[in-house]
Amino acid sequence: MSKTIIDKLWDSHVVVNEENKPDLLYIDLHLIHEVTSPQAFAGLREKNRTVRRPDLCFATMDHNIPTIDRFNIKDETSRLQVETLEKNCEEFGIQLEGLNSEQQGIVHVIGPELGLTLPGKTIVCGDSHTSTHGAFGALAFGIGTSEVEHVLATQTLWQNKPKQMKVNIEGDLGFGVTAKDVILWFIAKFGTNVGTGSIIEFSGSTVRGFSMEERMTLCNMSIEAGAKASVIAPDETTFEYIQGKRYAPENQDFKQSCERWSKLASDPEAKFDQVIEIDASEIEPMVTWGTTPSMCLPVSGVIPVKDPLSTNEEEQALQNALTYMGFNGNERIEEISVQHVFIGSCTNSRLSDLIEASKVVEGSKVHPDVRAIVVPGSQAVKREAETLGLHQIFLDAGFEWRESGCSMCLGMNDDIVPEGERCASTSNRNFAGRQGKGARTHLVSPIMAAAAALKGKFTDVRSVLPVKELEVNRYAGV
Amino acid sequence: MPGFKSHSGSAAVLDRNHVDTDQIIPKQFLKKIDKAGYGEFLFYDWRYLSDGGENPAFDLNKKEAKGASILVAGKNFGCGSSREHAPWALKDYGFQVIIAESFADIFFNNCVKNGILPIRLSVNDIQQLRKDPSEKVIQNLTVNLEEQYVANQNGEVFRFDFDPYWKKMLLNGWDEISVTLHQEAKIKKYEDERIVN
Ligand code: SF4
Repeated sequence: MSKTIIDKLWDSHVVVNEENKPDLLYIDLHLIHEVTSPQAFAGLREKNRTVRRPDLCFATMDHNIPTIDRFNIKDETSRLQVETLEKNCEEFGIQLEGLNSEQQGIVHVIGPELGLTLPGKTIVCGDSHTSTHGAFGALAFGIGTSEVEHVLATQTLWQNKPKQMKVNIEGDLGFGVTAKDVILWFIAKFGTNVGTGSIIEFSGSTVRGFSMEERMTLCNMSIEAGAKASVIAPDETTFEYIQGKRYAPENQDFKQSCERWSKLASDPEAKFDQVIEIDASEIEPMVTWGTTPSMCLPVSGVIPVKDPLSTNEEEQALQNALTYMGFNGNERIEEISVQHVFIGSCTNSRLSDLIEASKVVEGSKVHPDVRAIVVPGSQAVKREAETLGLHQIFLDAGFEWRESGCSMCLGMNDDIVPEGERCASTSNRNFAGRQGKGARTHLVSPIMAAAAALKGKFTDVRSVLPVKELEVNRYAGV
Repeated sequence: MPGFKSHSGSAAVLDRNHVDTDQIIPKQFLKKIDKAGYGEFLFYDWRYLSDGGENPAFDLNKKEAKGASILVAGKNFGCGSSREHAPWALKDYGFQVIIAESFADIFFNNCVKNGILPIRLSVNDIQQLRKDPSEKVIQNLTVNLEEQYVANQNGEVFRFDFDPYWKKMLLNGWDEISVTLHQEAKIKKYEDERIVN
């Protein structure tokens, strides 16, 4: 029978398959960070259990880490969380890339760059953006803390097989349009629960043409479309990226792995529960204006006013979003001024993101009313960027150049947007209060964020630079 | 965990869609390393004013809503971050059942694992649960997991679907890890035979 890539990944990890039960799936890689793991380790200790396969676990700290003086965590509870992870990893024999490590970084940035994230694997993490790793043709999804404990103890999870959705994107993206715009456009068009209960396979010529880093941006935000996970079939681009990575298979093993990975692609006749076709040429640079990622418009757009025809509840939600964001409705996106710019997060903090943004910034100055920061996704990204001199470009323009971590994506450290102020952010969630109480977040691509930093308001990045300088970068990654 | 068979109580209605886990429990409360004591921070930004006092306009702060043990919400409840602090906070506050049009996947699982019963009902059924659509508190709801229904005080009965496996786990209050550890032989066999990348 024809199988999708999702079927193949699923079926090859089933440990127990019995009627009236979810399947028991084997987990190949368990990524761990400081926020969602302490209660899981405590649970193990309470019941006198051990970690079944510490060799398949890998930990880092990212959410709480200061990005200026990284060794000086002032908040006591943050420090306790970081120390607790250190203690837990030591006690249970789990490899940890802590503050001192050259490999430290956001969990979804370092998994791929270390070659831990590989096609064909099942990957979980107590973090919803685990969907990122699907870009490699892995079955990767976020879990809660009880499930973290379950995986630690058993290296498995009980899972009902989700529905399957194919999102086929064909054609060339327009000038200045990025993978971030593709996923924002998708969510704007189909809503934040189009993927609920499903795993998405992204396919089509647009996706095939994407670098691994662009694929990661796409898969990263599939959770914002409600999907449990998303996958992209591995191909030459994938293999090229993986080759030579620290923990990737080498030599003969690598060749054999590539052969096996090539077979993961969906069979031509394979059936999906739903198929969505997208024409890439329709997509424009996008900006969110509200408090869910679906409240999003092309940069040329105008913020909606309450629609008298909509049902009460929708009207109320729209009104709530407008009020929170400080809009009356009818404002043009390009009129909105910003006070903060954040280039970072597991969505857009990889080397290619920084390269693209630096091209917009080079030789210009950040608007005097704007505080702009760049937070590389990992120490490795930071080093690579510095080797290329990107930090100097950003610093010369008036950006702050920080240490790696989650930072302003969720403001668990000191990087917070003050109440009532606006931030052009390359992160993934514009929920009320996400970047700070009363903070107003606008999600954009790295080049759109860079353009906003220079102008002090949203501006169509396509008007900032001549065409040749903005050719989409196909950099294969760190 | 004690088993969950049925529950009766009053329900507070939160008339909103897409309530995300950042709203249920904001990130500044995620720094603790235990599972207890999150209830006072539930819906923090909605529940309290900037001076720390209770926001009288928030539905859960209304006098009639105090003591509610069932929460009724709209579409896509619990979307966003995977933080299990969200169900910990809901449970600590006193909610044992959440009725919504739909739930985000991870949140749904997190509820079940903490002995909170998440029930999906259609928008019409949710409307009908109330005497009138503006009612913010529904008195005397009965929720029966064994028979899979919700009944209101008029005796109207609304059936819901529930996964048979999770139903059994919740009814019995079983510890899932113990159940899985009984599969040790199969897990070992899988490990021995699997191809490692
Ligand atoms: S960067 Fe943001 S979304 Fe990504 S793991 Fe960190 S907090 Fe979560």
